[in-house]
Amino acid sequence: MSTSKAAPAVSAHSVVEPSPRTKRIAGALVILYALITLVPLVWIFLTSIKSPPDSISYPPKILFTPSLEGYCNLFTTRTRQTPDYIAALPPPSGVCDAVTRERNMVIAGPSNFLPRFANSLIIAFGSTFLAVSLGTLAAYGFSRFKVPLADDLLFFILSTRMMPPIAVAIPIYLMYRQLGLSDTALGMMLLYTAVNVSLAVWLLKGFIDEIPREYEEAAMIDGYTRLQAFFKVVLPQATTGIAATAIFCLIFAWNEYAFASLLTSGSAQTAPPFIPTIIGEGGQDWPAVAAGTTIFLVPILVFTILLRKQLLRGITFGAVRK
Amino acid sequence: MTASHDTFSDKMADAAIRATPEPLAARVRGLSDRAIAWLFIAPTIVLLLAINIFPLFWAIYLSFTNFRANRPNAVVQNVGLGNYSRILNDPDIWASMQTTAHFVFWTIVLQTLIGFTLAYLIDRKFRGHAFWTTLILIPMMLSPAVVGNFWRFLYEPQIGLFAYAVSFVSGIPTSDIQMLGNVHLAPWAIIIVDTWMWTPYVMLICLAGLRSIPDYIYEAAEVDRASPWRQFWSITVPMALPFIMLAVLFRGIENFKMFDMVNLLTGGGPGSTTEVASIALKRDAFEAWATGRSSAFAIVLFVAVFGLANIYVKALNKVKQR
Repeated sequence: MSTSKAAPAVSAHSVVEPSPRTKRIAGALVILYALITLVPLVWIFLTSIKSPPDSISYPPKILFTPSLEGYCNLFTTRTRQTPDYIAALPPPSGVCDAVTRERNMVIAGPSNFLPRFANSLIIAFGSTFLAVSLGTLAAYGFSRFKVPLADDLLFFILSTRMMPPIAVAIPIYLMYRQLGLSDTALGMMLLYTAVNVSLAVWLLKGFIDEIPREYEEAAMIDGYTRLQAFFKVVLPQATTGIAATAIFCLIFAWNEYAFASLLTSGSAQTAPPFIPTIIGEGGQDWPAVAAGTTIFLVPILVFTILLRKQLLRGITFGAVRK
Repeated sequence: MTASHDTFSDKMADAAIRATPEPLAARVRGLSDRAIAWLFIAPTIVLLLAINIFPLFWAIYLSFTNFRANRPNAVVQNVGLGNYSRILNDPDIWASMQTTAHFVFWTIVLQTLIGFTLAYLIDRKFRGHAFWTTLILIPMMLSPAVVGNFWRFLYEPQIGLFAYAVSFVSGIPTSDIQMLGNVHLAPWAIIIVDTWMWTPYVMLICLAGLRSIPDYIYEAAEVDRASPWRQFWSITVPMALPFIMLAVLFRGIENFKMFDMVNLLTGGGPGSTTEVASIALKRDAFEAWATGRSSAFAIVLFVAVFGLANIYVKALNKVKQR
């Protein structure tokens, strides 16, 4: 693509403004890429509302009768029964009951999905709260005071994030076994807090650096103590930055898999290691997996759209601020 | 807006002050800046020492022993540098490093090429570019584990959408498109998913780079009648280079540590064709339970990431200074 067709350079504007033709071609290519790249996500949603036979038909079905079976299977465990047994049952009490009986099965009880999803929520929100609280304090400290060895400390904080998670997981596994933190929500929360606090300190230091010191100094001249100035002047100014940082921490903790799969197995297991283990009769129950995936991804979609202006800053640890 | 913030933070500050006992409150009010700095920074440092640094030293200690986590009561012997010499002479470990290098190299090449092209096209500012950019960004925010797991379904040769689409375009029978089962295709299967997921990341950073180039430079080039091709290679690329390198640095570190997506897609297979370093480490540590040896491997990996990142950051700073 040519940068700008050398339109007669009458005004300074026309030089850097691409020609309409260039724009059209660029737009078409970007839209094509966007559409292709969204296919897998659309497919996750479509699979979640297919019946199991539809989901594995060849060629892949684009038109089909929507079914709630995937969602029903996600939330329940089922047992196979004889047709006679099912015929003798009272009429089905809900959609899932009816769908399950058509497959000659009855609902045996709830599946583990809800508790795992709840674990994800508790651990993600808990660790985000801790990481952002600690991170805000530390970021303010680094931003406003002459801390000895500040650069070294900041680099140390960042470097903890460079360690491969599996390498960290080995001693953590042993340590948690000693402390009784294995497979507990508290253990996972502390671990995610430690991983996220490095991101929080780096991002928030950038945000707080941007708040003029004069604001606090003026407040302190008016009789505020340093702590009051921090709470009443700096924190309100940093609200946007704190919110953006919180969402980044939340997304990391929500998506994390390596630690979760190695350090949790039962009561504290989060959704990411659980979803791949959803199986039906004769292999992976893809509509149920897709249903779980859809429910798991929707919050992130919402957050991504809320966050799009701060995204760049978050993913580069504040290195690129735009 | 300010009013609500004021009352909120007022309440927080008042609550904080009221919650502190009298003598302490008097002292808190009079805290010196120095004390506040340490008070604010210490919790973060303590957390990182407890959850990152202490385990790291423990791992260093273990790496000199023959400790096995599944036999906690066995006598632990000091084996000196034995674990390290075994690792550095182990052909399987070197094979996993080679697999990692192949994976890191190709994902970076593809993501940089596609990402930069996309950023360049988006920077033509066609109508609706902001909307399409947000759509393109979605894959990178999602959980690599949960979405990677779903790609297993897309890759299924008999029923998967990917095999169907490839066979539809190329005419190759779907039974030959064993993306995850074929030793030659499996490494590319993980490269494709990673590229799908992380190209938006490189694109976003490149876009920031392109937008940081001031218009007047292009205007001056236009006055000097530099061709669009010349402008691209003499202005656009060199000025966006620090950003491109930053993206490469972040992607390089992340993919060197790659675990979740590969673990779910191939688990290192078929055979060990996709056994990247983290997967090899996990097998050694959590399947073979050779804790001592795997700790040594973890330390080697950590030193490698850290060393490479340091060298790269130095190069990056040189480019920035130019």
